[in-house]
Amino acid sequence: MKFFRHCLILVSSMLVSLIGFIGVTSADDHKGFKIGVVTFLSGPAAEPFGVPAWNGGKLLIKLLNEGKVPAPYNKKGFGGMEITAIPIDEAGGATKQVQEFRNLVQRDKVDAVLGYVSSGDCMAIPSVADELQALTVLYDCGTPRVFEDASYKYVFRTAAHAAMDNIAIAKYLIEKGHDISSIAGINQNYAWGKDSWKDFSVSIKKLSPNSEIKNELFPKIFSGQYGTEISALMNSKAKVVHSSLWGGDLQSFILQAKPRGLFKRTQVVFSAGDHVMPGLGKQYPEGVILGARGQYGMMAPDTPLNNWFYKAYMDEYGVFPAQPPYRMVQGLMGLKMAIEKAMDKNGGKKPNKDEIAEAFTGLEFEAPGGLVQMKLGNGHQAIQPHAIGKTAKDKDGNIIVTDIVRYKASCVNPPNGINAVDWINAGFPGADC
Amino acid sequence: MIDEILTIILDGAIYASWLFIVALGLTFVFGVLKILNIAHGGIYALGAYSTATLVPIFYSLGMPDQLVILTMLVSALAVAIVITPIMERGILRRFYGQDEVLIVLVTYAIYLVLEDVQKLIWGMNSLYVYEPRELLGALQFGSLYYVGYDLALIGLAIFCGLLLWLFLNKTKSGKIVLAVIHNPEISGCMGVNINKVYLAAFFVGAFLAALAGSFTAPLISVQVGISVAVVIESFAVVIIGGLGSIPGAVIGALIIGMARAACVHKLPEAEIFIMYFCMAGMLIFRPKGLFQGTQARKI
Repeated sequence: MKFFRHCLILVSSMLVSLIGFIGVTSADDHKGFKIGVVTFLSGPAAEPFGVPAWNGGKLLIKLLNEGKVPAPYNKKGFGGMEITAIPIDEAGGATKQVQEFRNLVQRDKVDAVLGYVSSGDCMAIPSVADELQALTVLYDCGTPRVFEDASYKYVFRTAAHAAMDNIAIAKYLIEKGHDISSIAGINQNYAWGKDSWKDFSVSIKKLSPNSEIKNELFPKIFSGQYGTEISALMNSKAKVVHSSLWGGDLQSFILQAKPRGLFKRTQVVFSAGDHVMPGLGKQYPEGVILGARGQYGMMAPDTPLNNWFYKAYMDEYGVFPAQPPYRMVQGLMGLKMAIEKAMDKNGGKKPNKDEIAEAFTGLEFEAPGGLVQMKLGNGHQAIQPHAIGKTAKDKDGNIIVTDIVRYKASCVNPPNGINAVDWINAGFPGADC
Repeated sequence: MIDEILTIILDGAIYASWLFIVALGLTFVFGVLKILNIAHGGIYALGAYSTATLVPIFYSLGMPDQLVILTMLVSALAVAIVITPIMERGILRRFYGQDEVLIVLVTYAIYLVLEDVQKLIWGMNSLYVYEPRELLGALQFGSLYYVGYDLALIGLAIFCGLLLWLFLNKTKSGKIVLAVIHNPEISGCMGVNINKVYLAAFFVGAFLAALAGSFTAPLISVQVGISVAVVIESFAVVIIGGLGSIPGAVIGALIIGMARAACVHKLPEAEIFIMYFCMAGMLIFRPKGLFQGTQARKI
């Protein structure tokens, strides 16, 4: 009898332990979805890009977990799973980021990584992501080369690449009848600046073959002092000056060029000029043609989803959302839609990376900035509609964006399988405007 | 053509003035204390931040616009007063006479700490203080407009350089500093308080760094990371001119300023490379810089 009682206690203990273990495992498997979020939290790119992006991301994750986001994102978390985010600082260069990525995947066991503003990091991470079979969403970086030079199974980019920004500006200048007989450019001396200038100048030459390139300046990134460059641009007497400067460099350029009359003497175009507007306020020059890397901020469409996001962000942070929070929110929404699509297919279980990757490929989803279609890079690279506008002052002297022209995604993005520069050189074949 | 040459000279002079003000403190501190102070860039950034903080307060008090320059000087002075005892008395004094590489590493560590101090006090957001730049209006040279404030930087650089040179060469205190530069041991034996000279020299260097930051603040968006380029460029100036030499800093700044301006106007592709080209050329043909004279060997 005593032996029987001991056996019963032993078996019961084993059963309780086993049930507990299964319980913990199932809680881990089905209740949560852990993501690593990588963006600039320190350094010169933090204030203009990383911090506002993460502000938008944090806000959306909180509201998703509370189930307070409008349809089609009204299901709590990701398909009912609570989202946990581990923020990682993107500062430090590509080598450090590859190590951070490995840490997220192998040590922290995240279910997906969402991140990367820097084009250099976006070029370094995808091959490691595929090697580790880690689901990765690139939410911001601009270089077209990620999916033009290679293909990946587990990597997706939920925002259009930079070619769209410069093609749309070239089209805008033509459509609005601006004098583009001569152009000049000031762009940072690295992939982003060089690619942006190439896309813009080639587009202008294609649309207006007689246009002359007067000056091509490539100051080093984070230079901060642009007095000499401003003199050179003004001396060149180019009708249009193009720039893809960003962050502190763009702010310093504006502060130094405005009192010298550059913005009055020539038509200046900023391919990604919106994100410094909240900081500069009334110091932002009027009459500048600018893009926001999508229909974001002051150029966002009047849709219920955008109006909800714009208000939620304004209420939380007291400033309007420019492109960075829009792009991170777009990445999170894309990931959510892919997960929920995969769950619909597998009967509501937490999907594995292969199921999510399959659902993500070719996905279409509505974001605050408009319809996002994963059409390029064999369904891994997004295209989206774009908008270009011109700054003006309202009656209170505040800078607003007017004269907005919207472009369909298929008008300013190359079709699948064609390199952006080749598409421009070929005269935009198949563009649906 | 004349217009273009005038523009290159003017642009080069403005850039050289800014570089000279930054490099002057660095080269002076090295001359006296024999310390290659990487934290100089951090002090420059603190000068910019303190100006971006104090100037809006100045305007909110409704003070006359012209006095804003005084506020900028006060903010640079405040940074030097706070930072000097902490850095020189608190940290660097413990490393005098140690290996030069160790001291460079110590100042680099202080530089990193100062970067974090900026984040802790001012956060990640940019600060703007563009109002002082509007004070002197704009002037036309040829077909171009230049901001009066930018041109005034040339005057400030000449004033700072001349004042320091006159102090060192025409005053008794300056001659004591020169004696310490020449031979601290003998100066000490002659009754000079070396520690006081070191403290004063570091204060002057810190003030010049903060002053450069303070007067640069109206030109830029003040944010974390503004000191990186400054450290590199001011090092290039003192390497070309010779470590510890004030005339060397003048010539070094002018060489870099003019070469850079000429490149931006005539050969933009070379702009990113020209500073390193000048520096590399100097290291190959005159490794101790233009103004590093022959030194007597101590027995």
